[in-house]
Amino acid sequence: MSIRLTNISKKFGQFQALSPLNLDIEEGEMIGLLGPSGSGKTTLLRIIAGLEGADSGQLHFGDRDVTQIHVRERRVGFVFQNYALFRHMTVAENVAFGLQVMPRKQRPSAAEIKQRVTHLLETVQLAHLAQRYPEQLSGGQKQRIALARALATQPEVLLLDEPFGALDAKVRKELRRWLRTLHDELKFTSVFVTHDQDEALELSDRVVVMSNGHIEQINTPAELYAQPNSRFVFDFLGNVNVFNANWQQPRWQNDAAFLVPPEQPELQQSGAIYVRSHELELADKPNSQACLPFDIVAITPIGAEVRLELAPRGWHSDELWEARFTHQRLKQLGLEKGSQVFATPQTGYFFGAEGDGAPIRLNWPFLPPGSLVFDI
Amino acid sequence: MQTSAMSWSEYWGVIADPRVVASYRVTLLSALAASVFNGLFGLLLAWVLVRYEFPGKRLLDALVDLPFALPTAVAGITLATLYAENGQIGSLLAQIGIKVAYSPVGIVVAMVFTSIPFVVRTVQPVLEELSHDEEEAGMTLGASDRAVFWRIILPSLWPALVVGTALSFTRSLGEFGAVIFIAGNMPYISEITSLMIFVKLQEFDFAGASAIASVVLMTSLLLLLLINLWQARYLRRIRGR
Repeated sequence: MSIRLTNISKKFGQFQALSPLNLDIEEGEMIGLLGPSGSGKTTLLRIIAGLEGADSGQLHFGDRDVTQIHVRERRVGFVFQNYALFRHMTVAENVAFGLQVMPRKQRPSAAEIKQRVTHLLETVQLAHLAQRYPEQLSGGQKQRIALARALATQPEVLLLDEPFGALDAKVRKELRRWLRTLHDELKFTSVFVTHDQDEALELSDRVVVMSNGHIEQINTPAELYAQPNSRFVFDFLGNVNVFNANWQQPRWQNDAAFLVPPEQPELQQSGAIYVRSHELELADKPNSQACLPFDIVAITPIGAEVRLELAPRGWHSDELWEARFTHQRLKQLGLEKGSQVFATPQTGYFFGAEGDGAPIRLNWPFLPPGSLVFDI
Repeated sequence: MQTSAMSWSEYWGVIADPRVVASYRVTLLSALAASVFNGLFGLLLAWVLVRYEFPGKRLLDALVDLPFALPTAVAGITLATLYAENGQIGSLLAQIGIKVAYSPVGIVVAMVFTSIPFVVRTVQPVLEELSHDEEEAGMTLGASDRAVFWRIILPSLWPALVVGTALSFTRSLGEFGAVIFIAGNMPYISEITSLMIFVKLQEFDFAGASAIASVVLMTSLLLLLLINLWQARYLRRIRGR
């Protein structure tokens, strides 16, 4: 079922939790609401569920206007952050709950309920735990039971609040994959809330990035990564280095460091250049287009990659820079802790000093093709 | 100690005396009625204190502890005055033919007053801790308000409610000060067991007094033991092992 939010807003006292916003979710889509705490993502999810009422705007499920419909009639599946399993009921009773409280006319027979519960528990691969109580389960198991319980009434919309927040990394990864498979099989429309950008990018068909009660950007994970449209989205997606640039004809200067932009008038101003940590090259000399001197202060292997922490030498940056290489590439470069290096960004995103609009994407070399780039 | 000097037949003679047995009946039935009332009313009071905001809430919350703070004799005399036929409440009740003071009903009223904090103060913290999420989970699954209360909230409160009610019951069994002033203390009708002990003491029958006391003591101990066993089993079932 598709979900359409029109002009939805919400205030808690004086606090504007959601500024009026619009969002269209297509049938069968999996949407990740991504943002820091306080960005309004959970409020938005609760409004879709009907656990919270919006102050203004309309909410449609398909063609049905559900703005004024009570949560129990909206027929959504909701998975709570801390699972909210009923402690005094067994796993099987938990899963059966939604079926047992149906009005008598719609309620399946006891035998049918039992069969459906068994089937659901098999779907979540926990049939052997049917007679256990929630307190006897691990976090990952609780999560799957919460999901089975939410799916028991066959909702067309599944809403999940930080579904994997409380789990350890390995279980989280497994469950993510498993949820994606389940979603693709059962074809419900899902919306989940997360503050973990990896989770959002891995699971979602589209990601909705939120901050301060409004939507920053809606896009597919690939597009979002390739074209973040604001500093906030960039920062939030993580691992980014910032070069604070003062325009001094004909280049961006920051004390001893400089970058030379391509000749476009809109670039000839002060601003900030954002560079991702894996889009940085290192050499032992600067060149005519880029001079970013660094000291290597730490080299940390992280899985298949190595992370280098770089301290600016002779210029200023608010934070240490970070670069990522494969082990092999690092060996070729022959770098070690304490080495003095010069960095060259492969791709950069320029944000002008004023406003917070979309950045201009720059691919290295910033000069037009055919121009001469030489080491100094 | 006094009791151990008695033979079994003497002991039996004291504790099975018809007047004493009648006092058991009065005490048990009154305590049962009082604790059932407290179970319901205490739950309601705890619910109101946790779930609603209203002016005077803090005052009401503090007043719940009043029966603990007030000397029971003071409570008894006050209740007796209020519920006497010419008292403020008693006169109203008398118009519809209900006699509270100096009757078994008076005993129940006194017991209710002195033991209600047990229920409120055991249920209240559990209710406060009860996560809102479980109720919301129930609602998203389509449960009506009634279903949410009966199938989610009440079962979660059940252990605390049972324990609180049982405590209120045992407290009522042993209540003395508040009850004797309002009960009227008519033999076979409104005499409670604690009073029988007191009567024996006044007659300097220390052995008899301690014999009856031993019955009260054992009943209360047995009850507390049973409650603890039940609670332990309940928790073990839910937690596994």
